Amino acid sequence: MQSLTNRVKPVDRKPMTFLEKIYLWEIAKGMMITIKHFFKRKPTIKYPEQKREFSSVFRGLHILNRDEQGRERCTACGLCAVACPAEAITMEAAERKTGEEHLYREEKYAARYEINMLRCIFCGLCEEACPKDAIYLSQTFTPSNLTRAQFIYKKDDLLIPDPNKDPEQYAKALGDRKRPQ
Amino acid sequence: MAEEQKLFKVTIDNITVEVEPGTTILNAARKIGGDVAPPAMCYYSKLKGSGGKCRTCLVEVAAGSTADPRPMPKLVASCRTTVMDGMIVKNITSERVIDARAGVVEFLLLNHPLDCPICDQAGECHLQDLSYEHGKAGTRYEFSRRTFEKHDLGPYIQLHMTRCILCYRCVFTADQLTNKRVHGVLDRGDHAEIATYIEKALDNDFIGNVIDVCPVGALTDKTFRFKNRVWFTKPVDAHCGCDKCSGQVTLWMRGDEVFRVTARKDEWGEVEEWICNTCRFERKKVSDWTIEGPTEVSRHSVISQGHYVGITKPAETIDKVMGRKPQLLMDIHTVSGVNDPNVDLSEIEGPAHSDDFKKQ
Repeated sequence: MQSLTNRVKPVDRKPMTFLEKIYLWEIAKGMMITIKHFFKRKPTIKYPEQKREFSSVFRGLHILNRDEQGRERCTACGLCAVACPAEAITMEAAERKTGEEHLYREEKYAARYEINMLRCIFCGLCEEACPKDAIYLSQTFTPSNLTRAQFIYKKDDLLIPDPNKDPEQYAKALGDRKRPQ
Repeated sequence: MAEEQKLFKVTIDNITVEVEPGTTILNAARKIGGDVAPPAMCYYSKLKGSGGKCRTCLVEVAAGSTADPRPMPKLVASCRTTVMDGMIVKNITSERVIDARAGVVEFLLLNHPLDCPICDQAGECHLQDLSYEHGKAGTRYEFSRRTFEKHDLGPYIQLHMTRCILCYRCVFTADQLTNKRVHGVLDRGDHAEIATYIEKALDNDFIGNVIDVCPVGALTDKTFRFKNRVWFTKPVDAHCGCDKCSGQVTLWMRGDEVFRVTARKDEWGEVEEWICNTCRFERKKVSDWTIEGPTEVSRHSVISQGHYVGITKPAETIDKVMGRKPQLLMDIHTVSGVNDPNVDLSEIEGPAHSDDFKKQ
Protein backbone atom coordinates (compact mmCIF):
# COMPACT_ATOMS: atom_id res chain seq x y z
CA MET A 1 0.00 0.00 0.00
CA GLN A 2 1.19 3.44 -0.86
CA SER A 3 2.00 5.41 2.24
CA LEU A 4 0.27 8.73 2.80
CA THR A 5 3.37 10.51 4.06
CA ASN A 6 7.08 10.03 3.68
CA ARG A 7 7.58 9.86 7.43
CA VAL A 8 6.41 6.30 7.90
CA LYS A 9 8.75 4.16 9.98
CA PRO A 10 8.48 0.39 9.57
CA VAL A 11 8.23 -1.49 12.86
CA ASP A 12 11.49 -3.11 13.85
CA ARG A 13 10.80 -6.70 14.90
CA LYS A 14 14.37 -7.89 15.32
CA PRO A 15 15.05 -9.87 18.55
CA MET A 16 16.70 -7.80 21.31
CA THR A 17 20.46 -7.97 21.69
CA PHE A 18 22.11 -8.82 25.01
CA LEU A 19 22.79 -5.18 25.83
CA GLU A 20 19.16 -4.35 25.28
CA LYS A 21 17.99 -7.32 27.31
CA ILE A 22 19.68 -6.21 30.53
CA TYR A 23 18.04 -2.77 30.24
CA LEU A 24 20.77 -1.04 32.24
CA TRP A 25 22.18 0.76 29.27
CA GLU A 26 18.73 1.93 28.22
CA ILE A 27 18.04 3.24 31.73
CA ALA A 28 21.29 5.15 31.67
CA LYS A 29 20.32 6.62 28.30
CA GLY A 30 16.98 7.76 29.71
CA MET A 31 18.58 9.28 32.78
CA MET A 32 20.98 11.21 30.58
CA ILE A 33 18.03 13.00 29.00
CA THR A 34 16.55 13.78 32.41
CA ILE A 35 19.83 15.09 33.78
CA LYS A 36 20.39 17.17 30.67
CA HIS A 37 17.22 19.09 31.47
CA PHE A 38 18.60 20.17 34.87
CA PHE A 39 20.99 22.45 33.06
CA LYS A 40 18.51 23.89 30.61
CA ARG A 41 16.61 27.18 30.99
CA LYS A 42 13.46 26.67 33.03
CA PRO A 43 10.28 27.29 31.09
CA THR A 44 8.17 27.67 34.26
CA ILE A 45 8.00 30.68 36.53
CA LYS A 46 7.07 31.03 40.21
CA TYR A 47 3.62 32.33 39.44
CA PRO A 48 2.20 34.42 42.25
CA GLU A 49 5.53 36.18 42.93
CA GLN A 50 6.59 36.34 39.32
CA LYS A 51 4.13 37.28 36.60
CA ARG A 52 4.55 36.85 32.93
CA GLU A 53 3.92 39.89 30.80
CA PHE A 54 0.92 39.68 28.55
CA SER A 55 1.22 40.33 24.88
CA SER A 56 0.25 43.86 23.90
CA VAL A 57 -2.71 42.48 21.99
CA PHE A 58 -3.89 40.22 24.80
CA ARG A 59 -7.66 39.95 24.95
CA GLY A 60 -8.94 39.52 28.48
CA LEU A 61 -11.93 40.46 30.56
CA HIS A 62 -14.30 42.99 29.01
CA ILE A 63 -14.84 46.48 30.31
CA LEU A 64 -17.59 48.91 29.43
CA ASN A 65 -16.07 52.28 28.78
CA ARG A 66 -17.15 55.73 29.90
CA ASP A 67 -16.48 59.01 28.16
CA GLU A 68 -14.39 61.82 29.66
CA GLN A 69 -17.43 63.15 31.52
CA GLY A 70 -18.06 59.80 33.09
CA ARG A 71 -21.12 58.94 31.05
CA GLU A 72 -21.71 55.41 29.82
CA ARG A 73 -20.83 55.11 26.19
CA CYS A 74 -22.86 52.01 25.42
CA THR A 75 -26.05 52.70 23.53
CA ALA A 76 -27.32 49.12 23.36
CA CYS A 77 -27.13 48.96 19.58
CA GLY A 78 -26.71 45.19 19.75
CA LEU A 79 -23.83 45.03 17.30
CA CYS A 80 -21.56 43.30 19.82
CA ALA A 81 -24.27 40.74 20.47
CA VAL A 82 -24.82 40.11 16.79
CA ALA A 83 -21.08 39.87 16.16
CA CYS A 84 -20.53 37.48 19.07
CA PRO A 85 -19.91 33.99 17.69
CA ALA A 86 -20.54 32.39 21.08
CA GLU A 87 -23.78 34.34 21.71
CA ALA A 88 -22.48 35.38 25.09
CA ILE A 89 -23.73 38.97 25.12
CA THR A 90 -27.31 39.95 25.92
CA MET A 91 -28.79 43.33 26.65
CA GLU A 92 -31.93 45.31 27.15
CA ALA A 93 -32.21 48.95 26.22
CA ALA A 94 -34.01 51.87 27.80
CA GLU A 95 -34.63 55.48 26.88
CA ARG A 96 -32.75 58.19 28.71
CA LYS A 97 -35.03 60.49 30.65
CA THR A 98 -34.48 64.21 31.02
CA GLY A 99 -32.17 64.63 33.98
CA GLU A 100 -30.17 61.52 33.21
CA GLU A 101 -27.92 63.21 30.67
CA HIS A 102 -24.99 63.07 33.06
CA LEU A 103 -25.28 59.29 33.26
CA TYR A 104 -25.70 58.22 29.67
CA ARG A 105 -24.10 59.62 26.58
CA GLU A 106 -26.85 58.82 24.11
CA GLU A 107 -30.61 58.96 24.00
CA LYS A 108 -30.76 55.20 24.37
CA TYR A 109 -28.65 53.21 26.77
CA ALA A 110 -28.20 49.65 27.97
CA ALA A 111 -30.32 49.17 31.06
CA ARG A 112 -29.13 45.60 31.27
CA TYR A 113 -25.93 44.34 29.80
CA GLU A 114 -24.66 40.88 30.50
CA ILE A 115 -21.76 38.81 29.28
CA ASN A 116 -21.76 35.14 29.99
CA MET A 117 -18.09 34.45 30.63
CA LEU A 118 -18.74 30.72 30.44
CA ARG A 119 -19.64 31.17 26.81
CA CYS A 120 -17.23 33.94 25.88
CA ILE A 121 -14.26 32.83 23.80
CA PHE A 122 -12.42 36.19 24.04
CA CYS A 123 -12.21 36.62 20.30
CA GLY A 124 -12.58 40.40 20.52
CA LEU A 125 -15.20 40.67 17.79
CA CYS A 126 -17.42 42.71 20.13
CA GLU A 127 -14.66 45.24 20.52
CA GLU A 128 -14.32 45.42 16.77
CA ALA A 129 -18.03 45.74 16.16
CA CYS A 130 -18.67 48.49 18.70
CA PRO A 131 -19.43 51.79 16.93
CA LYS A 132 -19.34 53.77 20.16
CA ASP A 133 -15.97 52.78 21.63
CA ALA A 134 -17.88 51.29 24.51
CA ILE A 135 -16.56 47.78 24.94
CA TYR A 136 -12.93 46.87 25.30
CA LEU A 137 -11.10 43.71 26.20
CA SER A 138 -8.72 44.45 29.05
CA GLN A 139 -5.39 42.96 30.07
CA THR A 140 -6.70 40.75 32.85
CA PHE A 141 -8.32 37.39 32.62
CA THR A 142 -11.57 36.30 34.19
CA PRO A 143 -10.94 35.27 37.79
CA SER A 144 -11.86 31.73 38.65
CA ASN A 145 -14.91 31.05 40.72
CA LEU A 146 -16.67 28.20 42.46
CA THR A 147 -20.17 28.84 41.12
CA ARG A 148 -21.38 29.13 37.58
CA ALA A 149 -23.71 31.98 38.50
CA GLN A 150 -20.76 34.22 39.25
CA PHE A 151 -19.65 34.02 35.65
CA ILE A 152 -22.64 35.97 34.38
CA TYR A 153 -21.11 39.43 34.42
CA LYS A 154 -23.68 42.19 34.82
CA LYS A 155 -23.29 45.78 33.75
CA ASP A 156 -22.05 46.81 37.20
CA ASP A 157 -19.28 44.23 36.99
CA LEU A 158 -18.20 45.39 33.58
CA LEU A 159 -18.40 49.19 33.86
CA ILE A 160 -15.12 51.01 34.32
CA PRO A 161 -15.05 53.27 37.42
CA ASP A 162 -16.15 56.86 36.88
CA PRO A 163 -13.05 58.98 36.06
CA ASN A 164 -14.52 62.03 37.83
CA LYS A 165 -15.89 60.40 40.96
CA ASP A 166 -13.27 57.75 41.46
CA PRO A 167 -10.10 58.76 39.61
CA GLU A 168 -7.88 56.37 41.56
CA GLN A 169 -9.90 53.30 40.71
CA TYR A 170 -10.24 54.55 37.16
CA ALA A 171 -6.49 54.85 36.76
CA LYS A 172 -6.09 51.41 38.27
CA ALA A 173 -8.63 50.01 35.85
CA LEU A 174 -6.84 51.59 32.92
CA GLY A 175 -3.66 49.82 34.00
CA ASP A 176 -0.32 50.30 32.34
CA ARG A 177 -1.15 48.89 29.01
CA LYS A 178 1.65 49.43 26.55
CA ARG A 179 -0.21 49.26 23.34
CA PRO A 180 1.17 50.93 20.24
CA GLN A 181 -1.28 53.73 19.49
CA MET B 1 -61.03 48.28 -27.04
CA ALA B 2 -61.36 44.58 -27.35
CA GLU B 3 -58.31 44.22 -29.49
CA GLU B 4 -55.13 43.02 -27.90
CA GLN B 5 -52.87 45.74 -26.61
CA LYS B 6 -49.46 45.86 -28.18
CA LEU B 7 -46.73 45.09 -25.68
CA PHE B 8 -43.61 47.24 -25.60
CA LYS B 9 -40.26 45.54 -25.79
CA VAL B 10 -37.71 47.12 -23.52
CA THR B 11 -34.15 46.03 -22.86
CA ILE B 12 -32.74 46.73 -19.42
CA ASP B 13 -29.14 45.76 -18.77
CA ASN B 14 -29.23 43.49 -21.82
CA ILE B 15 -32.30 41.64 -20.58
CA THR B 16 -35.37 42.10 -22.73
CA VAL B 17 -38.80 42.14 -21.20
CA GLU B 18 -42.24 42.83 -22.64
CA VAL B 19 -44.41 45.23 -20.73
CA GLU B 20 -47.64 47.08 -21.27
CA PRO B 21 -47.48 50.64 -22.57
CA GLY B 22 -47.49 53.15 -19.75
CA THR B 23 -45.29 51.07 -17.47
CA THR B 24 -42.42 52.93 -15.93
CA ILE B 25 -38.84 51.78 -16.45
CA LEU B 26 -38.61 50.98 -12.75
CA ASN B 27 -41.58 48.64 -12.86
CA ALA B 28 -40.29 46.98 -16.01
CA ALA B 29 -36.97 46.41 -14.25
CA ARG B 30 -38.75 45.04 -11.20
CA LYS B 31 -40.44 42.57 -13.51
CA ILE B 32 -36.99 41.23 -14.30
CA GLY B 33 -36.01 41.50 -10.67
CA GLY B 34 -32.70 41.06 -8.96
CA ASP B 35 -29.93 43.61 -9.31
CA VAL B 36 -31.45 45.06 -12.44
CA ALA B 37 -34.19 46.82 -10.48
CA PRO B 38 -32.96 50.28 -9.51
CA PRO B 39 -33.25 51.15 -5.83
CA ALA B 40 -36.03 53.54 -4.90
CA MET B 41 -36.33 55.60 -1.77
CA CYS B 42 -39.44 57.66 -2.54
CA TYR B 43 -41.35 55.65 -5.13
CA TYR B 44 -43.99 53.36 -3.64
CA SER B 45 -46.10 51.34 -6.04
CA LYS B 46 -49.11 51.43 -3.75
CA LEU B 47 -49.15 55.20 -3.44
CA LYS B 48 -50.41 57.28 -6.34
CA GLY B 49 -48.18 60.18 -7.28
CA SER B 50 -45.16 58.98 -5.33
CA GLY B 51 -41.73 59.02 -6.88
CA GLY B 52 -39.51 61.49 -8.65
CA LYS B 53 -38.06 63.04 -5.52
CA CYS B 54 -35.08 61.08 -4.27
CA ARG B 55 -33.28 60.48 -7.60
CA THR B 56 -31.83 57.15 -6.49
CA CYS B 57 -33.54 55.31 -9.33
CA LEU B 58 -31.66 57.24 -12.05
CA VAL B 59 -30.93 55.16 -15.15
CA GLU B 60 -29.32 55.81 -18.47
CA VAL B 61 -31.47 55.48 -21.57
CA ALA B 62 -29.14 54.40 -24.36
CA ALA B 63 -31.83 54.38 -27.03
CA GLY B 64 -35.16 56.16 -26.68
CA SER B 65 -37.24 53.85 -28.88
CA THR B 66 -37.20 51.99 -32.17
CA ALA B 67 -38.71 55.00 -33.91
CA ASP B 68 -36.25 57.42 -32.41
CA PRO B 69 -33.15 55.57 -31.26
CA ARG B 70 -31.29 58.64 -30.00
CA PRO B 71 -30.11 58.29 -26.42
CA MET B 72 -31.57 60.59 -23.80
CA PRO B 73 -29.03 63.28 -22.96
CA LYS B 74 -29.37 63.08 -19.21
CA LEU B 75 -29.98 60.30 -16.75
CA VAL B 76 -33.69 59.88 -16.11
CA ALA B 77 -35.64 58.97 -13.01
CA SER B 78 -36.85 55.49 -13.84
CA CYS B 79 -39.85 55.66 -11.51
CA ARG B 80 -41.31 58.55 -13.54
CA THR B 81 -40.25 57.69 -17.09
CA THR B 82 -42.49 55.37 -19.04
CA VAL B 83 -41.08 52.84 -21.44
CA MET B 84 -41.18 53.11 -25.21
CA ASP B 85 -41.06 50.25 -27.66
CA GLY B 86 -37.46 49.25 -28.34
CA MET B 87 -36.04 51.31 -25.50
CA ILE B 88 -32.61 50.30 -24.28
CA VAL B 89 -31.90 51.12 -20.65
CA LYS B 90 -28.65 50.76 -18.77
CA ASN B 91 -28.77 50.50 -15.04
CA ILE B 92 -25.91 48.69 -13.36
CA THR B 93 -24.05 48.30 -16.62
CA SER B 94 -23.59 52.05 -16.90
CA GLU B 95 -20.66 53.81 -15.25
CA ARG B 96 -22.57 57.09 -15.27
CA VAL B 97 -25.47 55.63 -13.34
CA ILE B 98 -23.26 54.10 -10.67
CA ASP B 99 -21.37 57.35 -10.27
CA ALA B 100 -24.56 59.41 -10.14
CA ARG B 101 -26.09 57.07 -7.60
CA ALA B 102 -23.08 57.37 -5.33
CA GLY B 103 -23.54 61.13 -5.57
CA VAL B 104 -27.24 60.87 -4.74
CA VAL B 105 -26.46 58.74 -1.70
CA GLU B 106 -23.95 61.33 -0.57
CA PHE B 107 -26.60 64.02 -0.91
CA LEU B 108 -29.17 61.98 0.99
CA LEU B 109 -26.67 61.43 3.78
CA LEU B 110 -25.70 65.11 4.02
CA ASN B 111 -28.23 65.79 6.68
CA HIS B 112 -29.05 62.28 7.75
CA PRO B 113 -27.58 61.64 11.18
CA LEU B 114 -25.45 58.55 11.56
CA ASP B 115 -27.26 57.41 14.66
CA CYS B 116 -27.96 53.91 13.38
CA PRO B 117 -26.88 52.41 16.74
CA ILE B 118 -29.81 54.23 18.34
CA CYS B 119 -32.30 54.14 15.51
CA ASP B 120 -35.02 51.50 15.63
CA GLN B 121 -35.10 51.21 11.86
CA ALA B 122 -31.54 49.90 11.68
CA GLY B 123 -31.52 46.48 10.10
CA GLU B 124 -34.51 47.15 7.87
CA CYS B 125 -33.60 50.67 6.79
CA HIS B 126 -33.63 51.28 3.06
CA LEU B 127 -31.15 54.12 3.34
CA GLN B 128 -28.76 51.84 5.20
CA ASP B 129 -29.00 49.26 2.40
CA LEU B 130 -28.70 51.93 -0.25
CA SER B 131 -25.61 53.54 1.21
CA TYR B 132 -24.07 50.15 1.83
CA GLU B 133 -24.60 49.03 -1.72
CA HIS B 134 -24.24 52.22 -3.69
CA GLY B 135 -22.60 54.78 -1.47
CA LYS B 136 -19.06 55.79 -0.74
CA ALA B 137 -17.38 55.29 2.61
CA GLY B 138 -16.62 58.93 3.31
CA THR B 139 -18.43 62.23 3.21
CA ARG B 140 -17.08 65.57 2.03
CA TYR B 141 -19.60 67.60 4.00
CA GLU B 142 -17.96 69.80 6.61
CA PHE B 143 -20.84 71.84 7.97
CA SER B 144 -23.14 71.11 10.85
CA ARG B 145 -26.07 68.94 10.00
CA ARG B 146 -29.67 70.07 10.03
CA THR B 147 -31.37 69.14 13.30
CA PHE B 148 -34.92 69.39 14.54
CA GLU B 149 -36.73 68.98 17.80
CA LYS B 150 -38.46 65.64 18.24
CA HIS B 151 -42.16 65.72 17.39
CA ASP B 152 -44.86 63.55 18.85
CA LEU B 153 -47.35 62.51 16.24
CA GLY B 154 -50.06 61.14 18.47
CA PRO B 155 -49.55 58.53 21.16
CA TYR B 156 -48.13 55.82 18.93
CA ILE B 157 -45.93 57.44 16.32
CA GLN B 158 -42.56 59.02 16.96
CA LEU B 159 -41.26 61.49 14.41
CA HIS B 160 -37.51 62.04 14.24
CA MET B 161 -37.44 64.83 11.72
CA THR B 162 -33.63 64.87 11.76
CA ARG B 163 -33.59 61.48 10.04
CA CYS B 164 -36.18 62.39 7.39
CA ILE B 165 -35.10 62.40 3.74
CA LEU B 166 -38.31 64.11 2.53
CA CYS B 167 -39.56 61.29 0.36
CA TYR B 168 -43.19 62.41 0.88
CA ARG B 169 -44.36 58.79 1.19
CA CYS B 170 -46.04 59.36 4.53
CA VAL B 171 -47.82 62.45 3.20
CA PHE B 172 -49.20 60.42 0.29
CA THR B 173 -50.20 57.63 2.67
CA ALA B 174 -52.10 60.01 4.89
CA ASP B 175 -53.68 61.64 1.86
CA GLN B 176 -54.78 58.48 0.16
CA LEU B 177 -55.56 56.16 3.05
CA THR B 178 -57.27 58.51 5.42
CA ASN B 179 -59.84 61.14 4.72
CA LYS B 180 -58.24 63.98 6.53
CA ARG B 181 -54.57 64.68 6.52
CA VAL B 182 -53.17 66.82 9.27
CA HIS B 183 -49.49 66.50 8.51
CA GLY B 184 -47.51 67.66 5.57
CA VAL B 185 -44.29 69.30 4.54
CA LEU B 186 -43.73 72.77 5.96
CA ASP B 187 -41.16 75.32 4.84
CA ARG B 188 -38.86 75.02 1.88
CA GLY B 189 -35.41 73.90 0.86
CA ASP B 190 -33.09 72.98 3.65
CA HIS B 191 -35.71 73.92 6.23
CA ALA B 192 -38.42 71.69 4.80
CA GLU B 193 -39.83 69.34 7.38
CA ILE B 194 -42.64 66.88 7.90
CA ALA B 195 -44.81 68.32 10.63
CA THR B 196 -48.30 68.73 11.89
CA TYR B 197 -49.70 72.15 12.58
CA ILE B 198 -49.78 72.80 16.32
CA GLU B 199 -48.68 69.25 17.14
CA LYS B 200 -51.99 67.83 16.09
CA ALA B 201 -52.43 64.17 16.83
CA LEU B 202 -52.94 62.00 13.83
CA ASP B 203 -56.04 60.11 14.77
CA ASN B 204 -57.07 57.82 12.03
CA ASP B 205 -57.45 54.08 11.97
CA PHE B 206 -54.87 53.58 9.27
CA ILE B 207 -52.34 56.28 10.08
CA GLY B 208 -49.95 53.70 11.55
CA ASN B 209 -49.04 52.71 8.02
CA VAL B 210 -46.82 55.77 7.71
CA ILE B 211 -44.36 53.84 9.90
CA ASP B 212 -44.11 50.99 7.40
CA VAL B 213 -43.94 53.35 4.48
CA CYS B 214 -41.06 55.41 5.87
CA PRO B 215 -37.82 54.25 4.22
CA VAL B 216 -35.70 55.57 7.08
CA GLY B 217 -36.19 55.78 10.83
CA ALA B 218 -38.00 59.13 10.78
CA LEU B 219 -41.34 57.60 11.66
CA THR B 220 -41.11 54.79 14.15
CA ASP B 221 -43.44 52.78 16.30
CA LYS B 222 -43.49 54.18 19.83
CA THR B 223 -44.76 50.93 21.31
CA PHE B 224 -41.61 49.23 20.00
CA ARG B 225 -39.25 52.12 20.69
CA PHE B 226 -35.91 50.87 22.02
CA LYS B 227 -37.44 47.56 23.09
CA ASN B 228 -35.16 45.43 21.01
CA ARG B 229 -33.11 45.46 17.87
CA VAL B 230 -34.92 44.32 14.76
CA TRP B 231 -32.52 41.44 14.13
CA PHE B 232 -32.99 39.92 17.57
CA THR B 233 -36.73 39.59 17.07
CA LYS B 234 -38.17 36.80 15.02
CA PRO B 235 -40.67 37.63 12.29
CA VAL B 236 -43.66 35.33 11.93
CA ASP B 237 -46.65 35.66 9.65
CA ALA B 238 -49.94 35.83 11.49
CA HIS B 239 -53.51 36.87 10.93
CA CYS B 240 -56.52 37.81 12.98
CA GLY B 241 -60.19 38.45 12.32
CA CYS B 242 -60.05 42.21 12.19
CA ASP B 243 -63.16 44.08 11.07
CA LYS B 244 -61.22 47.12 9.88
CA CYS B 245 -58.40 45.63 7.85
CA SER B 246 -57.33 42.34 6.34
CA GLY B 247 -55.53 41.34 9.54
CA GLN B 248 -52.61 39.92 7.57
CA VAL B 249 -49.54 40.98 9.51
CA THR B 250 -46.01 40.09 10.49
CA LEU B 251 -45.37 39.71 14.21
CA TRP B 252 -41.88 40.41 15.49
CA MET B 253 -41.44 38.17 18.49
CA ARG B 254 -38.97 37.28 21.16
CA GLY B 255 -39.93 34.03 22.80
CA ASP B 256 -43.67 34.30 23.43
CA GLU B 257 -43.74 38.06 23.47
CA VAL B 258 -44.98 40.09 20.54
CA PHE B 259 -42.70 43.10 20.38
CA ARG B 260 -43.99 44.69 17.23
CA VAL B 261 -46.65 44.24 14.59
CA THR B 262 -46.07 45.40 11.05
CA ALA B 263 -47.71 44.85 7.72
CA ARG B 264 -46.26 42.15 5.50
CA LYS B 265 -43.73 43.44 3.08
CA ASP B 266 -42.83 42.19 -0.37
CA GLU B 267 -39.36 41.83 -1.85
CA TRP B 268 -39.18 45.56 -2.63
CA GLY B 269 -39.91 46.44 0.97
CA GLU B 270 -43.40 47.57 0.12
CA VAL B 271 -46.44 46.82 2.19
CA GLU B 272 -48.63 44.06 0.80
CA GLU B 273 -51.78 45.12 2.59
CA TRP B 274 -52.40 48.10 4.83
CA ILE B 275 -53.21 47.25 8.42
CA CYS B 276 -55.17 49.22 10.96
CA ASN B 277 -53.94 50.84 14.15
CA THR B 278 -55.71 48.34 16.41
CA CYS B 279 -53.79 45.48 14.87
CA ARG B 280 -50.55 47.38 14.86
CA PHE B 281 -50.50 48.95 18.29
CA GLU B 282 -52.94 47.17 20.54
CA ARG B 283 -52.82 43.47 19.76
CA LYS B 284 -49.60 42.63 21.53
CA LYS B 285 -50.51 39.18 22.79
CA VAL B 286 -49.90 35.88 21.08
CA SER B 287 -53.47 34.86 21.91
CA ASP B 288 -54.77 37.65 19.67
CA TRP B 289 -53.24 36.07 16.61
CA THR B 290 -53.28 32.91 14.56
CA ILE B 291 -49.68 32.23 13.70
CA GLU B 292 -49.03 30.85 10.24
CA GLY B 293 -45.28 30.33 10.34
CA PRO B 294 -41.98 32.12 10.07
CA THR B 295 -41.73 34.94 7.56
CA GLU B 296 -39.38 34.36 4.70
CA VAL B 297 -36.39 36.61 5.17
CA SER B 298 -33.72 37.13 2.58
CA ARG B 299 -30.58 35.23 3.48
CA HIS B 300 -28.54 38.37 3.01
CA SER B 301 -30.55 40.37 5.50
CA VAL B 302 -29.26 40.83 9.03
CA ILE B 303 -32.71 39.84 10.21
CA SER B 304 -32.02 36.28 9.10
CA GLN B 305 -29.17 35.96 11.62
CA GLY B 306 -29.82 33.32 14.20
CA HIS B 307 -32.96 32.16 12.40
CA TYR B 308 -32.42 28.63 11.29
CA VAL B 309 -34.98 27.55 8.74
CA GLY B 310 -35.68 23.98 7.73
CA ILE B 311 -33.70 22.22 10.43
CA THR B 312 -35.02 19.43 12.61
CA LYS B 313 -33.92 19.35 16.19
CA PRO B 314 -32.27 16.04 17.05
CA ALA B 315 -34.29 13.96 19.50
CA GLU B 316 -33.15 14.10 23.11
CA THR B 317 -31.66 10.73 23.99
CA ILE B 318 -30.14 11.46 27.40
CA ASP B 319 -33.28 10.52 29.33
CA LYS B 320 -33.52 7.26 27.41
CA VAL B 321 -29.93 6.31 28.15
CA MET B 322 -29.73 7.55 31.73
CA GLY B 323 -33.31 6.93 32.74
CA ARG B 324 -33.71 10.50 33.96
CA LYS B 325 -33.62 14.03 32.70
CA PRO B 326 -30.19 15.70 32.62
CA GLN B 327 -29.44 17.72 35.70
CA LEU B 328 -29.58 21.45 35.16
CA LEU B 329 -26.46 23.06 36.55
CA MET B 330 -27.84 26.53 36.34
CA ASP B 331 -31.10 28.12 35.28
CA ILE B 332 -29.99 31.27 33.52
CA HIS B 333 -33.10 33.17 34.64
CA THR B 334 -32.09 32.91 38.29
CA VAL B 335 -28.97 34.94 37.51
CA SER B 336 -29.65 36.96 34.41
CA GLY B 337 -31.93 39.96 34.35
CA VAL B 338 -32.21 40.02 30.57
CA ASN B 339 -35.38 38.51 29.16
CA ASP B 340 -36.86 37.91 32.58
CA PRO B 341 -39.82 35.53 32.19
CA ASN B 342 -41.79 37.49 34.80
CA VAL B 343 -41.45 40.78 32.99
CA ASP B 344 -43.11 41.50 29.69
CA LEU B 345 -41.23 44.32 28.02
CA SER B 346 -43.78 44.29 25.24
CA GLU B 347 -46.49 45.35 27.67
CA ILE B 348 -44.76 48.55 28.69
CA GLU B 349 -46.28 51.43 26.76
CA GLY B 350 -43.60 53.23 24.87
CA PRO B 351 -39.91 52.80 25.56
CA ALA B 352 -38.64 51.40 28.82
CA HIS B 353 -37.08 53.87 31.25
CA SER B 354 -34.80 53.63 34.22
CA ASP B 355 -37.76 53.29 36.62
CA ASP B 356 -39.13 50.34 34.65
CA PHE B 357 -35.94 48.48 35.33
CA LYS B 358 -35.53 49.58 38.93
CA LYS B 359 -38.89 48.10 39.83
CA GLN B 360 -37.74 44.58 39.21
